[in-house]
Amino acid sequence: MNTQTDLIEYLLRLGDSALIQGQRLCQWCGHAPALEEELALMNVGLDLVGQARNWLEYAAELLDDGRDADDLAFRRDERAYRNLLLVEQPNGDYAVTILKQFLYDAWHLPVLTGLSQSSDERIAGIAAKAVKEVTYHLRRSGEWVERLGDGTEESHARMLAAIPEVWRFTVELTSADDSEQRLCAAGITPDTAQVAAAWQNTVSALFASATLPVPPAASYFYLNARRGLHTEHLGILLAEMQFLPRAYPDATW
Amino acid sequence: MYAQLVETGVKRIKDLSEMSEQERHFQEKIDAEIKIEAKNWMPDAYRQTLIRQISQHAHSEIVGMLPEGNWVTRAPTLKRKLQLMAKIQDEAGHGLYLYSAMETLGADRDEEIAKLHSGKAKYSSIFNYPTLNWADMGAVGWLVDGAAIVNQVVLQRTSYGPYSRAMVRICKEESFHQRQGYEILLTMMRHGTQAQKDMVQDAINRLWWPSLMMFGPSDEHSPNSAQSMAWKIKRQSNDELRQRFIDQTIPQLELLGCTCPDPDLKWNAERGHYDFGEIQWNEFYEVLKGNGPCNQEHVATRRKAIEDGAWVREAAVAHARKKHNKNAA
Repeated sequence: MNTQTDLIEYLLRLGDSALIQGQRLCQWCGHAPALEEELALMNVGLDLVGQARNWLEYAAELLDDGRDADDLAFRRDERAYRNLLLVEQPNGDYAVTILKQFLYDAWHLPVLTGLSQSSDERIAGIAAKAVKEVTYHLRRSGEWVERLGDGTEESHARMLAAIPEVWRFTVELTSADDSEQRLCAAGITPDTAQVAAAWQNTVSALFASATLPVPPAASYFYLNARRGLHTEHLGILLAEMQFLPRAYPDATW
Repeated sequence: MYAQLVETGVKRIKDLSEMSEQERHFQEKIDAEIKIEAKNWMPDAYRQTLIRQISQHAHSEIVGMLPEGNWVTRAPTLKRKLQLMAKIQDEAGHGLYLYSAMETLGADRDEEIAKLHSGKAKYSSIFNYPTLNWADMGAVGWLVDGAAIVNQVVLQRTSYGPYSRAMVRICKEESFHQRQGYEILLTMMRHGTQAQKDMVQDAINRLWWPSLMMFGPSDEHSPNSAQSMAWKIKRQSNDELRQRFIDQTIPQLELLGCTCPDPDLKWNAERGHYDFGEIQWNEFYEVLKGNGPCNQEHVATRRKAIEDGAWVREAAVAHARKKHNKNAA
């Protein structure tokens, strides 16, 4: 293993997560609970797909095998995708959508903040721009967790029901594999333990003000998106997202 | 987007001598091109006509998100996906501007939206046509937004101030998306495969006539236009705007290398305009009545979104009240 391989792997993880989360937000188009939410969901999705493009472009340059960011997004199968399991989960009701978004944002922000100090200038630049966007995402999703958690009886019950649906996937947010640890030691990526601690603090504080219980830490199980072992949801999501480039391989769009 | 058939409820236009003093004063302001503002006196029929028109316009923005939402999850490149997301986001924003402008007239947003969901309020007929291939995203941007812009550019001079100012802001964003739409088609025609070129022509064949219908009934069958023109809510007739759209669009069609699905389309040197074939008015009225290809689905989707989201909005209200009480204590 060399740093280059680790770095490509890491860029795919960042880019794929942002892309898949963005794709899930696209599925809300026209179905949101309020017009303001239509706007906000598309706004957040737009930020994330934009970030995905930046990460995947860099990954494609490092790969240097003739593929570009679009090839990486639209022509990789699920076993080659590296997104967090959390973001590929179905949207469910608004409680599930908001909770997924919040848990992701609470992880994403400390990751990007750390990356903005990366010894890799390209990464630091992309991350510095993304930090501004994700600061907004986290504020928004946090406010909604509070509103729904500490809103009506029904919204509280729905949040309680949403937690076990997605909580088990948070194990990926608080752990690191060898590849990530090597990048951290090289000063390219932030310390995973610090990210995990920041995530834990944000979630605990916000759940408390939302009158929601914080479950015990999720534990490791078979699935592992870092090795391309996804839930069954990703394949269907990709079938929809990749249909055109797959059906018309010679096309220029 | 646009509102295309708005009842004024007025049978006959009064001349100045028949008007009350208030009415005369109002009409003189209109004639002098002085904008009417929210707190000014206005005839009730003017107020109601504007509420109908602006709400129809706002509903069109919102329902108009659905045909594009249909393809946003399937956009073929990251760039196209980003463009489409930005466009849909703008449309939601346009809806918000317009509902705000409408509320300056004393109407209530939720009540007007409920009329949309019950089928009482209309929205632009164009959004009842399905988007069946990716080229539709280009054609909607180019033709549909193009037609909307021709309408809306004129509405920047509409007599009601809040509506006019909303149009100024909306037109800026809309023109950008229109150029993007055209560029989608141009890319497919110039650099695409035969299958892609076929998609473009197919999209134009399906969307050409519905786009022309966006300008509303022909002038002779547009009984509400005269009053709307006298009030300067409308500034130009449906047929004038439709002709302008055709004249400016045909050269763009030719540049694409596509054909127009109208065998009667022909340049008329004498008039200095294109002549064109008869619009299927039967189809237009059927779509407007609710019998178009997607009317049922789209209204049902919007109604379901609002119904399913009720608990979310209730939670937001309840939470805001709790916070307010806590701060007050």
